[in-house]
Amino acid sequence: MRTPIIATALIATFAGPVLAQDKPVLRVLTYDSFITEWGPGPQIEAAFEETCGCDLQLIGSGDGAALLSRIRLEGARSDADVVLGLDNNLMALAKETGLFAPHGIEAELDLPIAWDDDLFLPFDWGYFAFVYDTTKLSDVPGSLEELAASDLQVILEDPRTSTPGLGLLMWVESVFGDTSGAYWEALSDNILTVTKGWSEAYGLFLDGEADMVLSYTTSPAYHIVAEDDATKAAAAFSEGHYMQVEVAGKLAGTDQPELADTFLRFMLTDGFQGVIPTTNWMYPAVLPEVGLPDGFGGLVEPDVALMYPPEEADSAREAALEKWLAALAR
Amino acid sequence: MLALEGIVVEQGNFRLTADFVVEAGARVAVLGPSGAGKSTLLSVVAGFLAPDAGRVLCDGQDLTGLEPGERPVSIVFQDNNLFPHLTVAQNVGLGVKPSLRLSQEEAAKVEASLKRVGLEGFGGRRPAELSGGQASRVALARVLLRARPVMLLDEPFAALGPALRTEMLELVREVAAETGATVLMVTHDPGDAARLGGQTVLVADGMARAPVETQALLADPPPELQEYLGAG
Amino acid sequence: MRVIGGLIQALAVALVLALTLGTLAAVAWRAEEAPRLGPAEWAAIRFTLIQAALSAVLSVALAVPVARALARRSFPGRSVLVTLLGAPFILPTIVAVLGLLAVFGRNGLLSVLLVLLGLEPVQIYGLHGVVLAHVFFNLPLATRLILQGWLAIPAERFRLAASLGMGPGEVTRVLEWPMLRSVVPGCLLVIFLICTTSFAVALALGGGPRGTTVELAIYQAFRFEFDLGKAALLSLIQFGICAVAALAAWRVALPGGFGGGLDRVVERWGIGSFWLRAQDAAVVVLAAAFLLVPLGLIVARGVPGIGSLGAPVFAATGRSLAVALLSALLTLVLGLALAELAQRRRGRYAAWVEALAALSIAVSPLVIGTGLFILIFRLTDPVALALPITAVVNALMSLPFAYRAMAPSLAEIETVYGRLGDSLGMRGWARLRYLVLPRLARPMGFAAGLAAALSMGDLGVIALFADPDRVTLPMQLYALMSGYRMEEAAAAALLLLLCSLGLFWVFDRGGRLRAGA
Repeated sequence: MRTPIIATALIATFAGPVLAQDKPVLRVLTYDSFITEWGPGPQIEAAFEETCGCDLQLIGSGDGAALLSRIRLEGARSDADVVLGLDNNLMALAKETGLFAPHGIEAELDLPIAWDDDLFLPFDWGYFAFVYDTTKLSDVPGSLEELAASDLQVILEDPRTSTPGLGLLMWVESVFGDTSGAYWEALSDNILTVTKGWSEAYGLFLDGEADMVLSYTTSPAYHIVAEDDATKAAAAFSEGHYMQVEVAGKLAGTDQPELADTFLRFMLTDGFQGVIPTTNWMYPAVLPEVGLPDGFGGLVEPDVALMYPPEEADSAREAALEKWLAALAR
Repeated sequence: MLALEGIVVEQGNFRLTADFVVEAGARVAVLGPSGAGKSTLLSVVAGFLAPDAGRVLCDGQDLTGLEPGERPVSIVFQDNNLFPHLTVAQNVGLGVKPSLRLSQEEAAKVEASLKRVGLEGFGGRRPAELSGGQASRVALARVLLRARPVMLLDEPFAALGPALRTEMLELVREVAAETGATVLMVTHDPGDAARLGGQTVLVADGMARAPVETQALLADPPPELQEYLGAG
Repeated sequence: MRVIGGLIQALAVALVLALTLGTLAAVAWRAEEAPRLGPAEWAAIRFTLIQAALSAVLSVALAVPVARALARRSFPGRSVLVTLLGAPFILPTIVAVLGLLAVFGRNGLLSVLLVLLGLEPVQIYGLHGVVLAHVFFNLPLATRLILQGWLAIPAERFRLAASLGMGPGEVTRVLEWPMLRSVVPGCLLVIFLICTTSFAVALALGGGPRGTTVELAIYQAFRFEFDLGKAALLSLIQFGICAVAALAAWRVALPGGFGGGLDRVVERWGIGSFWLRAQDAAVVVLAAAFLLVPLGLIVARGVPGIGSLGAPVFAATGRSLAVALLSALLTLVLGLALAELAQRRRGRYAAWVEALAALSIAVSPLVIGTGLFILIFRLTDPVALALPITAVVNALMSLPFAYRAMAPSLAEIETVYGRLGDSLGMRGWARLRYLVLPRLARPMGFAAGLAAALSMGDLGVIALFADPDRVTLPMQLYALMSGYRMEEAAAAALLLLLCSLGLFWVFDRGGRLRAGA
């Protein structure tokens, strides 16, 4: 008798939950950290399911970069309906696949820049920044130039595997243009290591491995809100800070087009946006009625918001990546 | 009746031929210098080695192509006759059914055969708990139980002392008598050949000769045997 | 039964071929354009070769004195130390890297000491960091393999040498040097092959584009450039590197029997001098510290957070355990089927089976994962199959080691007991049940433990498939790190460490007990 019990347990383990209900299912493909218990996923799922009369399935697939690979791998056969978690630097590549459909939504967005993309809608945004520990670092650099001239050790993320890494690549490119190669060479003695993703980099930083880490201006808010720890701060750079805008889009092959539209509209309401600041630790794309949580008040607010238009980002990316590799692969 | 018809085995420089008949129920010692091919001869009969030419017949049945386990043959090796991880009873029981799914009746037979070789009540032990002589007895109990028409022994008691060896040879004779089996026993000791009684096959110079009466052979050894025995 | 056995063997061969070469073909087939290798890829190939060669040479060079000290000295705790030598190899990479950073990082134990002494802190990122981590993983493996060589020298020879009045130097020249000459090349080859396909270590400690391995370049080709052609080509190059290394060492016997039997001490004479004893003691203490301090720090950092671990971590642990058990079972079936096949068909054919069993040491799990995704996606939803697929791929990655542990023992069983079994007509299930499995219990326990532990700690292929209902413990650990939950991440790392070592211990112990019975 034991065998059937074990078999049942194994099947239950491997097959995952079997849903025997008639509700329509909306599948949203997103990055892993979005759907963890402390991420935005659970609250957003509960809020949307309250009104949609549907089953919202959030499916994680690595980080933003892996998300795009997954979509390209699945192509038109994908049974996902919405993709959530691409960013401004990946939008052109995503557009090129031809797999996305126009959203047709007119939205009032609280972004520092104008937004009129017909395929992708922003759900949050932030500025890339170097984060440091105020108890350990007193002589904080005030610009990318000063950082390269200092003898500080920083941890970066790889632009080929992580969206913050790509963000810095574009940041340097937008500031230095033709001389960005020289900048990377000047910075190379400050780079302690280049990690695959944001989490390794930030973990190493918290372990005291480096003086600064490439992250977001909003990162200190986490420590203030969740840990009541005000020792982490982002350095304000005079050249300006590059922006990351995280977006969602509807797949053309969806079998739930109306439900997908409903979700995208819901995405810009308080039910979604109110969750973002304290779970994703980014600025909401539409400011909720209650405003931002306290920890966000004292954050660095850059004077200059840098960003390539998405259609230019892709070609800038390729050239920048080659310069980056040439400077650092030696 | 065991017949070896035109057997030829070739392995590099080694060559062995055999062409003779052993009468049913005969007890035959296989004697000769080391490396002459005594064990090779047994391997051919047991089915471990396919001869390059010739065939082996048992009571008129051609054994060619039969797996070792399908042949009408039981074999006792010099050592490793028992699986150390199985009990004595299981080791003997393998002789009844390799699946070891024994009926009550078959289990009783196993116990009876152990009793017959003087190991009553040893069924639950592991081989590691047995003396060398006892291990040989277990192997013979299995042979007894299998009751195959041919019994092959490949220097089975070489590691035992002289007294124990004599005792074992006596047991072999008894087991052979009870099952009516034809015995082929490899040995390098003419004394063992004499004690086994019956005939001897002399293996030397690449040839296994037809069996002759052991007593007569030892009384008037041919030159090949003289050379092996030492001028004496 | 014989038919079923043959069928299982054929299936095992087909499965291994499909998962290795088949998935590679699937990836190449989906490639959109002809691949082009740039300077970054060539740098990755160069770096791969250099770090693998350095790691192999250093691991083996350091292992020789450690193995010698362990072979000729008995001291309290020796058997525990020998057992712990098995630990780093089965340690989840992500956990081991955390441990190494706790010691060698800028803020690690060693750097703190150096700063106290007024020296510069150590810098772990780059080639030397990668090599350091690889030595951490492989020094114990090399030590165990070489120790086995030492213990394989018959005790009579040492007695003979002593009676002839040979000193330690002469014993080395006459007895130990020839042993080393036969054991060391195989050892070098195995470690070179393991390090060639290194991914997570280079990812964490490579320090950027300078320290990129081929496997890491494959990952980049997949993840960011979505260049399937380049991924397939790089995978072929990785294959080629491994094949050339294996061919260059064609005559070298790969070390077999990773298993136990290392409890004995070689009885030796003429090594009682203070200098030799101090030398051996220093070697053992240094090696033990190098291996155990990082492990100790993982434990120390993990304990405080254990209480705060939530249900998802435990659910993920349960899933990982289920995958590990299934993977261990599959590894045993595959390993046994191939070992039986090599045993039945000797000669050239057997060499092909051996090569097949070793094949997955050269393949990229990422290529396997992506290839499977491409193949399965046409039939059904790959996400639903994420856990079984992970178990299968993990089993494949453990196969080379499991095969090496089981095949020599199986050959020995057949040599010693094969004819007895044949003469009793033991075939098929009866032979497996009453001859092979009981005699093979020890190496099988070892192989299952290894497979389960490696599977438990693997982050690789599941990441391509999983959704939140199917997150494994390493993924959960990663997610905790992403979520700024560093204390919980340390606790999860400890949990992962305990699960991996625990699984290995239970299986290995079980095998030994069965074999002893």
